[in-house]
Amino acid sequence: MTLSLRGVGYRYAGAERPALLDVDLDLGDGEVVGIAGASEAGKTTLCLVVAGIAPRTVGGRIRGTISLDGERIDAWPIHRLGERIGIGFQNPASQLSQVAGTVFEEVAFGPMNLGIAREEIVERSWTALEALRIDALAERDPVRLSGGQQQLVAIAGLLAMRPAHLVLDEPTAQLDPAGTRLVADAIGRLAADGASILVAEQKTDLLATITSRMVVLESGRIALAGRSAEVLADPRLAELGVAEPSAVRLRRLATAAGLDPAPLEEAVGA
Amino acid sequence: MAAVVIGGLLGPAIVVALAVLLPATLAGVLLRLMRTALLFALPLAGSAFVVNLFFFPEGRTVLFAIGPVTATAEGLSFALEILVRILAIGGAITLFYLTTPPATFVVDLERRGISPRLAFVANASVQTVPALVERAGQITAAQRARGLDTEGSAWKRIRGVLPIVAPVILGSIAEVEERTMALEARGFTRPGRRSLLWAPADSGRQRAARWLLLLAVIGLVVARLTGWWA
Repeated sequence: MTLSLRGVGYRYAGAERPALLDVDLDLGDGEVVGIAGASEAGKTTLCLVVAGIAPRTVGGRIRGTISLDGERIDAWPIHRLGERIGIGFQNPASQLSQVAGTVFEEVAFGPMNLGIAREEIVERSWTALEALRIDALAERDPVRLSGGQQQLVAIAGLLAMRPAHLVLDEPTAQLDPAGTRLVADAIGRLAADGASILVAEQKTDLLATITSRMVVLESGRIALAGRSAEVLADPRLAELGVAEPSAVRLRRLATAAGLDPAPLEEAVGA
Repeated sequence: MAAVVIGGLLGPAIVVALAVLLPATLAGVLLRLMRTALLFALPLAGSAFVVNLFFFPEGRTVLFAIGPVTATAEGLSFALEILVRILAIGGAITLFYLTTPPATFVVDLERRGISPRLAFVANASVQTVPALVERAGQITAAQRARGLDTEGSAWKRIRGVLPIVAPVILGSIAEVEERTMALEARGFTRPGRRSLLWAPADSGRQRAARWLLLLAVIGLVVARLTGWWA
């Protein structure tokens, strides 16, 4: 199932200029596509637009077309879209439903809203917990977990909805290094298992590891697009406010110092 | 409710003993119930007692006087009746609170057809309290680290409240937008019934007891209204 954006533009209600302009993007089955860009470049807005939250929930005006396998989804209600495209946000705590006493109930919250049979809810919830390797947390109170664990619970809650695509808006932005590693490993595993993920991230090392393609946004427009290895090695990256990944930096510094970068890269596993 | 319908002092006292104290003892929450119910009902019960003792309009038999006000035997009798009724209401509410987890209550309401949104609001309101307390603790620590003095005189403490309360409230409001988006993305606004993972046990005996209590209350009301029970 391919999610396609063609000529998509978006302006928040009351804003003087659009937050997105002429965005073309495809997310195919089993693909992991990264979104990078400086602050306020439009990463979060693109995630909200792709997931249908903008304009349905936050208002504003949208242009262009968004389609799933050729079918336009502009008029789909948000709950129908939620079954196809799941979205995770930066703050793990604000994604918890606040009505679940256990992690299992939290993960089951979405499927319960779909009105499906109890047995299927249970099966979906366990599958999602196991996919993220957090089934051992099932009986814990989600409010009492660390930020990284809460983010994994939030992602498991999305997976339990069985969406065709997953949109993650800077899922490690508010996490400490341990939490970041936990979430990054989980996203890496989901990607390796064939999930379709659109992930906005500032951390280019993470994007280099998990994405096959990338776009870099600048003032709401796509400034760079292509294979991740090429985009992340592009010299214009710094001008666009995106930090180069460690491997690219290492190579650049080694070359500038007149050293052969290959043995260094091999030594650090870059 | 029976304690309110039944007049006098002995009747409501028996109802309190049978419907509040006995179940609380069986549930092992008697001490907590007495402490919580007294804290909950004491201000109202105390003021109602004092007002009725000293200012009961039909009071004739003077017991004692304090300055211009006099306590009357009729006032004392009525004050005790009111006191036992307030304690019955406070005790019943406290017993419910101590023996019924909010999530269980809300799930049961939802099972009986209450709107999922209403159930969510009821449940989230209760569950939000610990999160708010934790946030307030973090903000207090952060503000103290930046020199806010929250100890010492009453005035200093009062002045210290605003820099803590404002970020707690504003932070919660800021979180609402993201939470709304997260809930919508998880199908919360989908029309129709939600599925429930579990439902509280509701045995035949429990159902029979509920019907019996309801019929008893209706019977009491009818008896009072018809004058059969004076």
